Amino acid sequence: MLFSIFGLVSASFFMNKDAVDVAFTEAAVGAGISPLLMLATLAIVGRYQNTKALPTRPLISLTIVTITGALLIIGTLDMPAFGAADAPSQLHVAPRYIQDSVEEIGIPNMVTSVLASYRAYDTLGEVAVIFTAGIGVLSLLAFSHANRKEKHLIDDIIELDEHKILRIVIKILVAPILIFALYVQFHGDFGPGGGFQAGVIFAAAIILYTLFFGINVGKKVVNLSIVRVFSAIGLLLYGSVGVVSFVSGKNYLDYHVLAENPQTAQHIGIVVIELGVGITVACVMMLIFFAFFERIGKDKVE
Amino acid sequence: MISHLPILQVIIPLLGAPACLLLGKARLSWIFATVVALITFIISVLLLIQVNEQGTISYMLGGWEAPWGIEYRIDYLNAFVLAIISAVGTLTLIAANDGIKKEIDEARQPLFYVSFLLCFAGLLGITATGDAFNVFVFLEISSLSMYTIIALGKDRRALWASYQYLIVGTIGATFILVGIGLMYSMTGTLNMVDLAERLPPVAESKSVLASYAFIFVGVSLKLALFPLHFWLPNAYTFSPGIVTAFLAATATKVAVYLLIRFDFGVFEMSSPEVKQTINRLFITLGIAATLIASWTAIKQSDIKRMLAYSSVAQIGYMIIGIGLDSSSGVQASVLHLFNHALMKGGLFLVLVAIALQLGSTQLKDLQGIAKRMPWTFFGFVLGGLSLIGVPLTAGFISKWYLVSAAAEQEQWYIIAFVLIGSLLAVAYIWRVVEVAWFKSADSEIANQQQQTMPEKIPLLLLIPLWILILSNIYFGIDARFPIYFSQQAANLFFGGL
Repeated sequence: MLFSIFGLVSASFFMNKDAVDVAFTEAAVGAGISPLLMLATLAIVGRYQNTKALPTRPLISLTIVTITGALLIIGTLDMPAFGAADAPSQLHVAPRYIQDSVEEIGIPNMVTSVLASYRAYDTLGEVAVIFTAGIGVLSLLAFSHANRKEKHLIDDIIELDEHKILRIVIKILVAPILIFALYVQFHGDFGPGGGFQAGVIFAAAIILYTLFFGINVGKKVVNLSIVRVFSAIGLLLYGSVGVVSFVSGKNYLDYHVLAENPQTAQHIGIVVIELGVGITVACVMMLIFFAFFERIGKDKVE
Repeated sequence: MISHLPILQVIIPLLGAPACLLLGKARLSWIFATVVALITFIISVLLLIQVNEQGTISYMLGGWEAPWGIEYRIDYLNAFVLAIISAVGTLTLIAANDGIKKEIDEARQPLFYVSFLLCFAGLLGITATGDAFNVFVFLEISSLSMYTIIALGKDRRALWASYQYLIVGTIGATFILVGIGLMYSMTGTLNMVDLAERLPPVAESKSVLASYAFIFVGVSLKLALFPLHFWLPNAYTFSPGIVTAFLAATATKVAVYLLIRFDFGVFEMSSPEVKQTINRLFITLGIAATLIASWTAIKQSDIKRMLAYSSVAQIGYMIIGIGLDSSSGVQASVLHLFNHALMKGGLFLVLVAIALQLGSTQLKDLQGIAKRMPWTFFGFVLGGLSLIGVPLTAGFISKWYLVSAAAEQEQWYIIAFVLIGSLLAVAYIWRVVEVAWFKSADSEIANQQQQTMPEKIPLLLLIPLWILILSNIYFGIDARFPIYFSQQAANLFFGGL
């Protein structure tokens, strides 16, 4: 619960610092999905520790943490004041991003310009990180039980108590959330948003639906093996934009080959890679969610 | 196409991983992954040739020039490291099909190859890039996939080892990120070459000093520098054998590379005294690592764990070389990086073969094994000799260079400690030889061996094993190739000799 609140608070904090894009993601992941996964873990392993805790040495840990914290504070002493116009970070690479990106890329959202064009390769890496996380969870959780139980704990709970009101609310909410996700996806170059945010929002809608209608119903909505395939396709789509670039003789992820007008070319490139990001992020989130929730209650049966 | 080599080096395994997921079948995935690795290896060789002909190659991603965009910068040092990683990656992948058969469930094998390729791509990405933040991104890819492949072992303790590594690795990565963030706030750039130019004017500031500290500690966690090594023995012992062979020969090497890159290529200390303190710290920790880890290695009952501790000790030598802060010191480190990849890759593959036959790498189960698997064990002895640093093996070359680098600065005590470290290595290798060669098996253990001893060791495991082991001998006799490249790499930072 605290974790979820923390997520929400940091989302507002990011919002306050004008990092709306980050706030989006934090609200969906930090306040929504990750506490949910924690709850799922608790449901799997139980609330209390069975065996005695290993002997811990709180003093040593405390000292190390204190020293690190002190170092961090010392480190910030000489840092330029927050938002100072003459800070080095504002003077070196940033002016070009701020002044020329509208002309060079042709979209008003500078964050998207930096993320999806100037430093697009980092973003490709980040998508790969998410993909890796998904693969990790899948390979560790998905196959641990050969005999798959047809019914899951959530389904049992739902059968006992139908959650009628919540279900109706969810039914009303899911469609707008999905549409909102698509809006965030395709509007990322003009307003805050983009593939990462859209992906998590989309997945959150599906997860919400599954939570109140049960895993079996949820699985009818999304076919997991297709989701799995698409988690790879998103990353491949992103990467193949770069392949197109160097097949046409330019450097990797140079969007200028995609159209004659440089602005149009950049625009096409950004839309396509954002789509790749969105697909992979949404699919991986769903995969992780299902991998966790399918495990709940299984260990008790055996 | 030839001008796109730097990016192809990383992007082929990176995109190969999701493509591998689409295949689904274990055998198919293995063939695919191996072909991908092989192509990567060929590219790395081409890159090495290209760097040798043209000097440093710079590749602007997205067509945006640095520092606005991300730059890939290949010079002698990372071209050499790239070649090491891709060679070992290819060899271990060739052996993987037979190697993981017993250790990973059939159903998980396709995902194992996906993670393996991701890890491979991550390590290559860290090495190839000239952008500090890009380092972090690829560090994340390689770390996350590393946790996965370590945890895939059937031994349930692998999960715990992986978790331990996950916590430590995450702290390390966060430290590196904090360091990069502080540097960015002081200079406004993330490009390494640009950083090196813009850091000196602000080197006095506490923020920059703190950023150095965070990066040093973060990288040291990753490379298992004593006393931050505690995660490594568990991770190496409980992960599947192939994974251990791959990680031991690549993962810590990439971290050592990063340390060299940041220490000599990026950081500028405010005064020589600061630099000297750091150097002294490196040398002290390096010596402590060598002695203490070697000593611990002697007491292990599992050979895999013993070799893991020996890895910590060997990393100590590389850190001593870095701490010497001279052209020959760095050259010795880079040389040892290469040679250590050969010996540990080879030795851990021998252990894969032994584990495949015996189902165990416990010392006591090895009694009389030399008579049953004479050739495989002969391979172990050769690798061990190289680890000790006997003349005519690769290990001797790098130790010789390290010793001469120390002699150059008249730091005689380092030489003494290197010798003691080697003697300790003799002790732990000898223990294995004694048990395997001179003890005949108890009837009980012999029975056990009889039962578990299956057919021959698969050929596809033997080929990479012997390639690695014999290259220890080859590069011990004809070391021109690694010496040339390590020297050129050291010249990058210290100018001509």
